Amino acid sequence: MTVPPRLRRALVRLRRDVAFIAAGVTLHLVALLLQVWVVLLLLGTALDPDPDTPAVLAVSAPLLIVAGWGLTEPQRWRFRALCGVELPRQGFKEVKRQFGYNLLIGPLLGVLEFLLLALLLAALAASLVLVWIWAVPWEWRVQHHGYTTPASYLTVLGLVALAAVPVLAGGLVRLEILVGRAVLGVSRSDELARRVEDLTESRAGAVDAADAERRRIERDLHDGAQQRLVSLALNLGLAKATLTDLPPEAQQVIDAAHREAKDAIEELNNLVRGLHPAVLDELGLDAALSGLAARAPLPVRLRVDLPDGLPRRTAPAVEAVAYFVVSEALTNIAKHAREATRAEVTVARLGEILRVVVADDGPGGADPSRGTGLKGLAQRVRSVDGTFRMSSPVGGPTMMSVELPCPM
Amino acid sequence: MIAEDSVLLRIGLVKVVEMAGFAVAAEAGDAQELLAAVEEHRPGLAVVDVRMPPGFTDEGVRAALSIRQRYPGTAVLILSQYVEERYAADLLATNTSGVGYLLKQRVADVEEFIEALRRVAAGGTALDPQVVAQLLVRRSSDPLERLTARERDVLALMAEGRSNGGIAAQLVVSESAVAKHINNILAKLDLPKADADHRRVLAVLHFVGVGC
Repeated sequence: MTVPPRLRRALVRLRRDVAFIAAGVTLHLVALLLQVWVVLLLLGTALDPDPDTPAVLAVSAPLLIVAGWGLTEPQRWRFRALCGVELPRQGFKEVKRQFGYNLLIGPLLGVLEFLLLALLLAALAASLVLVWIWAVPWEWRVQHHGYTTPASYLTVLGLVALAAVPVLAGGLVRLEILVGRAVLGVSRSDELARRVEDLTESRAGAVDAADAERRRIERDLHDGAQQRLVSLALNLGLAKATLTDLPPEAQQVIDAAHREAKDAIEELNNLVRGLHPAVLDELGLDAALSGLAARAPLPVRLRVDLPDGLPRRTAPAVEAVAYFVVSEALTNIAKHAREATRAEVTVARLGEILRVVVADDGPGGADPSRGTGLKGLAQRVRSVDGTFRMSSPVGGPTMMSVELPCPM
Repeated sequence: MIAEDSVLLRIGLVKVVEMAGFAVAAEAGDAQELLAAVEEHRPGLAVVDVRMPPGFTDEGVRAALSIRQRYPGTAVLILSQYVEERYAADLLATNTSGVGYLLKQRVADVEEFIEALRRVAAGGTALDPQVVAQLLVRRSSDPLERLTARERDVLALMAEGRSNGGIAAQLVVSESAVAKHINNILAKLDLPKADADHRRVLAVLHFVGVGC
C-alpha cells in the first residue's frame, strides 16, 4: 500500500512540528515550573515561615537565573535541529532579551504547546473511543446502554479535532519562529550592519598591509640595491676622474658604464618614489607631493591646502592613496599626453573630505575603462571609500578629481 | 668628517673627499657618533647621510641642524637618496651659508661634487637642482611667469648656489650674458642687487620661499 505523496508530506511535517513542540514544552515548562516553585516557596514563607525555606530559596533563585541564560543554548539547538532556523549565539549579550524569552514569553508559549499536545492526545482518545470502550468492564456498558450515541458524537468530534491539529501545530510553529527570531534573533539590518563592520575592518587591514609592504620594499631597496648602485656609480666616476692615461676605448667603456649606472639610479629612484616615499611618513602628504611635481617632465603647478597641526594629519592610508593618485596621474600625463604643456595639481581638505584634482591641457580622450593604470587608480581610491571622477573630452583638457573621506 | 651608515659608500666618499684635498678627521655610522666626533674634532666640513640608524628617517637632517647651531665653524653637506624641499627649508631657515643638500648620486659626478664640497666648505651654498625644482613648483606665482625660459634656468642655477662662472659653464654662455640675465631676473622679481654670490643666493632663496 502506498501513501499518497501529499499525505506523506503532511505526515512528515506534522511529525516534525510535533517533535518541535514537544521539545518546546519540556524547555519552556522547566522555566515555568521553576518559577511556580519559587513563587509558591515565597508565598509559603510569607504565610507560614519554615526554617528550611531560605536554604531552598538560596538554591532555587540562582537556578532561576541560570535558567534565564542556560535555556538559550538548548533553544538554539531546538530551532536549528528541529525546524532549521538559525539563531545567533548570544553568550552573555542581550541579557534582557534572553531572560525575557526564557522566563516570560517561553512559559506562555509553553502553555500553548502544552494545550496543543493535550488537544492532540484528547483528539486521538476521542476518535478511538469506540475501540477502547471495549476495554471498559461490561457492567458499565450494561448500565449505560445508550452510550453508543454520545460515543459516536465523540468520535466525530475527535476526528474533526485531529484534522485541526496539523493546522494548529503549523500555526504554532510559525508563531514560535516569529517570536524566536524577534526576541533571540538578529534583525536583518543588524546582521548586515555587523557584516559591513567586519568587511570594513578586514578591508582596512588589507589596505594597511599593502601600505606596510610598500614601505618595506622601499626601505629594503634604499638600504640595499640603491646604495650599491650609488657606490658603483661613484667608483666608475672615480675611475673616470683618476685613470686619465687609459686608451680612449677604455675611457669610452668607463664613460658608458658610468652613464648607465646613473640612469639606473634615476630609474630605480623614480620607481621607488612612486611606491611609498619615506617623507610621506615623516612629514606628510604636502611635503611629499613637491617631489612628484618637480620630477614630472612638464611644468606642474602644485597647490596644497591642508590645515596644519590640529586637527591632526590625515590618516596614513588616505595619504598614501592621495599620493598614489597624484603620482599615477602625472605618470599618465607624461606617458599619454605628450602634447600637454602644463599640469595643475590641487589638494585641499574640506572638513572630512580630501579632494585631489589633477588637470592637464593635453589632447584629452583618456578613458578610465581602458588601460590598467586608470583602473588600478580607481580601485585604489575605492579601497578607502573614495570617489573617482574623470572628464577627458577629445581635444582636452583632462581633469581627474578624487575625493577621499578622512574622518576627523 | 663623514657620516654614512653604508660602509661601501663611506669608503668611496672618503676617496672623493681626499681627492678634493680635504683630510678626513673621522668617520661615523650614525647620528650620535657624528655629533660626538664633531664635538671632538671640530672639522671644517661634515658630509652627512640623511637616513641613518637607529630610526632610518631624518636623523642626518636633525644632526646637521644641531651642528649648524652649535658649531658654526662646521659647514654641513647633506646627502640623500631623495631630496625633499621641506628639509631644505629647515636647513636654510637659520643659515644659508655653509650648507649643502645634494642627491647621493651626485657623488658619482666626481668633479662637480668636489666643486660643491669646496663651495660649501668655503661658506657657500650647494642645493641640488631637484630641490630647487621642488621649491619652484611651490612658487609658481606670477613674477615667475614673467621670466623667460632661459632666465628660469639661470634662476634655478642661482638657487643652487652657483657663481656666475659656474652658471656660465653650465649653460655654455659667456659670463657677461649670465650677468645680464641675472640683472633682468633681479629686476623682474624685485630683488635687491647684490655683488656677493652669497647675498644673491639669499635673495633668490628668500624669493622661492626658504631662507631667512
